[in-house]
Amino acid sequence: MKVVLSGNEAVARGAYESGVVVAAAYPGTPSTEILENIARYQEIYCEWSSNEKVAMEVVIGASFAGVRALAAMKHVGLNVAADPFMTLTYLGVDGGLVVVTCDDPELHSSQNEQDNRHYGVFAKVPVLEPTNSQECKELVGTALEISEKFDTPVILRLTTRISHSKSVVFLGERDDGAEPHYERNIQKRLCLPAHARPRHYFIEERLERIREWAEEFHGNEVEWGETDVGFVTSGVAYNYVKEVFPEKSVLKLATTWPIPLKTVRDFARKVDELIVVEELDPIIENELKANHIECRGKDPIPICGELNPAVVRAGVTGKKPKAKPAEGLPPRPPVLCPGCPHRGVYYALNRLKATVFGDIGCYTLGAHPPLSAMDTSVCMGASITDAHGFLKAMGDKAPEHVCATIGESTFVHSGMTGLANVVYNDSPLTTVILDNAITAMTGHQHNPATGFDIRGNPAPMMDLESLCKAMGVEDVRVVNPLNYKETHKALKETMEGGRPAVVIAKSPCVLLERVKYDKNVVVDEEACSGCELCVKLGCPAISFADELAHVDNILCTRCDLCVQICPVDAIVYEEVEG
Amino acid sequence: MAVTNVLIVGVGGQGVLLASTLLSKIALDAGLDVKQSEVHGMSQRGGSVSSHVRFGERVYSSLIEDGTVDVLLAFEKLEALRYGYTIRKNKGVALVNDQRIDPSPVAIGLAEYPEDRIYPELEAQAANVITVDGLGLAEEAGFAGAVNVVLLGAASGFLPFTDEQWAETIRSTVKEKYVDINLKAFELGKGAVG
Ligand SMILES: Cc1ncc(C[n+]2csc(CCOP(=O)(O)OP(=O)(O)O)c2C)c(N)n1
Repeated sequence: MKVVLSGNEAVARGAYESGVVVAAAYPGTPSTEILENIARYQEIYCEWSSNEKVAMEVVIGASFAGVRALAAMKHVGLNVAADPFMTLTYLGVDGGLVVVTCDDPELHSSQNEQDNRHYGVFAKVPVLEPTNSQECKELVGTALEISEKFDTPVILRLTTRISHSKSVVFLGERDDGAEPHYERNIQKRLCLPAHARPRHYFIEERLERIREWAEEFHGNEVEWGETDVGFVTSGVAYNYVKEVFPEKSVLKLATTWPIPLKTVRDFARKVDELIVVEELDPIIENELKANHIECRGKDPIPICGELNPAVVRAGVTGKKPKAKPAEGLPPRPPVLCPGCPHRGVYYALNRLKATVFGDIGCYTLGAHPPLSAMDTSVCMGASITDAHGFLKAMGDKAPEHVCATIGESTFVHSGMTGLANVVYNDSPLTTVILDNAITAMTGHQHNPATGFDIRGNPAPMMDLESLCKAMGVEDVRVVNPLNYKETHKALKETMEGGRPAVVIAKSPCVLLERVKYDKNVVVDEEACSGCELCVKLGCPAISFADELAHVDNILCTRCDLCVQICPVDAIVYEEVEG
Repeated sequence: MAVTNVLIVGVGGQGVLLASTLLSKIALDAGLDVKQSEVHGMSQRGGSVSSHVRFGERVYSSLIEDGTVDVLLAFEKLEALRYGYTIRKNKGVALVNDQRIDPSPVAIGLAEYPEDRIYPELEAQAANVITVDGLGLAEEAGFAGAVNVVLLGAASGFLPFTDEQWAETIRSTVKEKYVDINLKAFELGKGAVG
């Protein structure tokens, strides 16, 4: 059967067909849909792990048990999981193990643009790169086979435009694979210096055997055409080359680490000029140059940002594209939804002129005007620890109001260790946990603090309040962020309290439930003074024209914040007729 | 058959993604090769959204090269202008839902909505600019959220599929209780284009 699938859906299908038994991930765009789709196959045990390091270790355990396993994460997730991963390469595998990394060239929804093929080079493990959804599915199978054949973890590297592009896929049947089995073998699975030392020799030799395999692998394929130039390319870039230069010769590399050098050399010999077209860093190009294969790459193809047909054409031909975007248009950035509970916290922090150490999640949008209530955001979990370091450095020169804000999913991911540090090393820091009962940013996934598992079945729910107390925080408060006075008071008091404190702002994400309202929110035109305080909430349902505020009741979720903050009580409820 | 390039743009939450799913499906069912590309993530929070759909005998790139869009389907006017430059000069068509949704910088008074620029600049680029009262027609069909299907109806005259194929695709894709409303929305959209 033939269907249209996204790259991520196809990876999930590949895991199913290739007999994967355990799959684990922490969500992160553009990788999230891989586990969401694996969850549809009851044959596979799958979970949202609390972070990527956990997910990596879970699949290592599954591989120890002799079954096939898959971990998926966004590019920066592999940084979090790098510690187990860099030793996993020494251990090798029992059951096949594939790590799917989804990189985000152009930073569509990420904090950096790193090229995770470097992890293949770094860990000396193979990197496979699909060019469409069908290959996403097939290369999961290939990855698991070579993982077992060569005793190595394998990286399957997707990028946003592979993960989120849809193309035609032929479906197959599931092949169940090995039953779990285990025999103690500390030489292999217990990485002591004495055990690991010989494995380093093994890894070096393994890489060369995989290179020999890659020379024969059908995924590394030449399509002959005119030979005045020949392109070496991989991943999504292959499609752009075929689109723009359909008549030229192309060597498509499915294994971008290790590179089948003999195959490339044979190809290079038959073309006049060799051009490497790869997205982000010159991984292929550098390896060819290091092996004295003459080529051009990052001159002329840009190293920053994602490629597309126009960029590839301009790079290779040197001609600037004619089509240019209209200038001077207002941008349309994403905003906190109408009714978002995060708004109450950031509005209060704005009023309190707080210095806010931010984190990653929907709430990062609190940084934009008019809320403008976030100063920093580095990586998941960094709010608490950055604020701690800042306070230690500033000493008594610290601003009056300082806090860290962090979503509950991010807190569980990597905020807890930071909070332990705050208590242990004693900072007068207020940590605000924005508990909207879901991992919202990545499209609503459950986590240990929501009370449900990946398939929506009830699960034990972490009690954040008791947890913070148990960590030694004495001042822990729970507020409703849609109650403005209460929120403002708790934030002010804790930030001025001079000791470690936690404010848990608890109110579910507004997208979790759609409700029919029996009241509309209206502006009393007589009473409205035109002060624009409500506009400073940055709510998409509130606009301002002709010296008056207006509320759009299709967007409004009756969260009540604007009603509370209006100084002249001009925003009021009106019964809906009928 | 040459590859047809359709770019669907709008504001997060308007149903751009369902429209591109329907279009990909109809092309697949017609035996064509199809590629579709969209960006998830931040776009859901009321940001600008775009989805590329390409179909034909063999499609490589899922992204459309700027300046080669055959049909631009815009769910919002400002977004029509933002992506207008991607239309094939004097050859492509722009179908615009004549609706204004202020982006946040406009709503809070930091920028102006370029009301007067939209249609003149689009007309200078496209061979044909067609405006549709998508929201009005969707409400007439019985569901304000069916703007996406109204627009597909309006665009259907420029796409190589029959009404029966469209009806079949709608039936097999949308939830059963919404099928009739969507069929009606499609027809109203189609009827709105002379
Ligand atoms: C290491 C890493 N993993 C994953 C992500 C993707 N990501 C960004 S924020 C976030 C979680 C957001 O959830 P939460 O903290 O509950 O805040 P919310 O979006 O619900 O407001 C995720 C998974 C990331 N940026 N970095």
